[in-house]
Amino acid sequence: MDTQTLIYLFVGATFALYIGIAIWTRAGSTSEYYVASKGVHPVLNGMATGADWMSAASFISMAGIISFTGFDGSVYLMGWTGGYVLLAMCLAPYLRKFGKFTVPEFIGERYYSQTARVVAVICVIFISFTYVAGQMRGVGIVFSRYLEVDINTGVIIGMCIVFFYSVLGGMKGITYTQVAQYCVMIFAYMVPAIYISMLITGNPIPQLGFGSEVTGTGQSVLERLNGLGTELGFGVYTDGSKSTIDVFFITMALMVGTAGLPHVIVRFFTTPTVRAARQSAGYALLFIAILYTTAPAVAAFARTNLLTTIPGVEYSNAPQWVKNWEKSGLIAWLDKNGDGKIQYGPGAPFAGAPTFSAETGAHGERQVTNAPTDAATEFYVDRDIMVLANPEIANLPGWVIALIAAGGLAAALSTAAGLLLVISTSISHDLLKSNIMPSISEKQELLAARIAAGVAVVVAGLFGIYPPAFVAQVVAFAFGLAAASFFPAIVMGIFSKKMNKEGAIAGMVVGLAFTFSYIVYYKFINPTAGAADWWFGISPEGIGTLGMIFNFVVAVAVASVTSAPPERIQHLIEDIRIPRGAGAAIDH
Amino acid sequence: MSASKQEAAKAYWKDNLRLMLTLLVVWFVVSFGCGILFVDELNTIQFFGFPLGFWFAQQGSIYVFVAMIFFYVWKMNQYDRKHDVHED
Repeated sequence: MDTQTLIYLFVGATFALYIGIAIWTRAGSTSEYYVASKGVHPVLNGMATGADWMSAASFISMAGIISFTGFDGSVYLMGWTGGYVLLAMCLAPYLRKFGKFTVPEFIGERYYSQTARVVAVICVIFISFTYVAGQMRGVGIVFSRYLEVDINTGVIIGMCIVFFYSVLGGMKGITYTQVAQYCVMIFAYMVPAIYISMLITGNPIPQLGFGSEVTGTGQSVLERLNGLGTELGFGVYTDGSKSTIDVFFITMALMVGTAGLPHVIVRFFTTPTVRAARQSAGYALLFIAILYTTAPAVAAFARTNLLTTIPGVEYSNAPQWVKNWEKSGLIAWLDKNGDGKIQYGPGAPFAGAPTFSAETGAHGERQVTNAPTDAATEFYVDRDIMVLANPEIANLPGWVIALIAAGGLAAALSTAAGLLLVISTSISHDLLKSNIMPSISEKQELLAARIAAGVAVVVAGLFGIYPPAFVAQVVAFAFGLAAASFFPAIVMGIFSKKMNKEGAIAGMVVGLAFTFSYIVYYKFINPTAGAADWWFGISPEGIGTLGMIFNFVVAVAVASVTSAPPERIQHLIEDIRIPRGAGAAIDH
Repeated sequence: MSASKQEAAKAYWKDNLRLMLTLLVVWFVVSFGCGILFVDELNTIQFFGFPLGFWFAQQGSIYVFVAMIFFYVWKMNQYDRKHDVHED
């Protein structure tokens, strides 16, 4: 069978599996729809959390980012895993004991305020839509690269699948689909990683191969990378280029943001007990760590391979994968000095992403029409290549390529579904049921949740088809805002009996307003400003950390001059601090 | 809650906070300490083919995070029983 048929087969089979699971697990009550009746086994919830969390960006782009930035890429590795420690110890068990359905619901009840709840709902919707837009685009891109359909058709197919299982199954359907998606995704990631590790170092375990010798050179992978990097002018791989304070603040913002992301938190509402919620955080991080400790190894292997095979090679003798991916525009070569060899060094060969004319150049390469830069480098590589081209670099059979296509789709769809569910529950439960139409029955609320999910899928799809120019820029928003709003409000709600409504609302508003303005200013109003203009050298990606600090400080200051929370809230806090009495899901 | 139960809940919370703060110190040291603030110093040490600081930033901190959560789960289950606040 040729690769294309295999891709259709794998993608088709996994889609059939997801739909089958959705029909089998369809939700009949709001409790099933919102939190899967709180009956999910901790190991399965761990897998579902892994799939929920690891998006198309983790699966396709992260290894590439690390590959091109070396040490600087560590912010994502530590930032996107360290948050689970905070989740496990500071949030998950207590929110599970609280025993309701949504994050805004906790904020609203703990701070005895509908205003606080509405502020929280707005944050949830904003954060989740920002995030989901990127996922739908990711679905479209995977489709267009592997299935030879255009991006928009890909987005529409993805919308139909997500629509089907999130609207039908709710949290219950999504949970079990995510378990399947985790398995598909991790298998698809590990197979090529193991092969490329064997190819470069002879060690089948990528995490160990990462520290081993490159076969036949007597140098370790990192020594070789540092040597090649210095020789070619890229700099030392294991040293960073970002300032220490910026690395510190970005890592902290990503960690705290992870712990504050509503679609992650809500997964811990689905376990049967408090003990299971804690355990499940451990399993979630374990399952995530399998991919997250492999990614930097893949990054280093792919980089070693790239730097040893490409610079100085005649284009006509370049490896086959270069030509394959040149076809899809992820690789381009512009023979500036006309010697027929690929010069590869630091900087960009030309401005922007490549655009091609219909012509071919003197050596058969696709003719690039971009304006060349002054840099000597002639070679353009999209960072996603580091994962996408791995099977070909390692000479793996066609079914592995098909596996990567299915894995990339699993990663994007699982995250999109989790986000859409959070959006729909915020609307039906926190806005409709609790604010606008409190008298609706459970059946009507369930219907409202399904309609909201349907509308959210369509809106997300439109974002995917007509991506706002700022999609790539706004990911900083999701983490920054989650770090500056939810995390402090929830943590103080659990760990401080004195924190009152005035303090919490003031803290959230200040944290949000500050983070939002800083990001808008440095990303959109004055995007050319560099590190020298940033406050203390903190980039917009890391500013959520400062927003979080402001939130804490303002909240404590305001709470100290306003009246303490009422006695029933003190009892509520005492109650969520101990595990005993965490019942099954309460329908309310 | 009866007075003795309230006492137990208080003692439980104290144990919990001590454990949590200890683990947060470890969390901070392996990531922000070894992986960021002191990375250059640690990079002068070789560790199974890695500069040590780089290893903490891209591998070690993640392993420690996983181990920490499971330790926390194990210890908290003990505290739950010790102070008689466990479920079922």
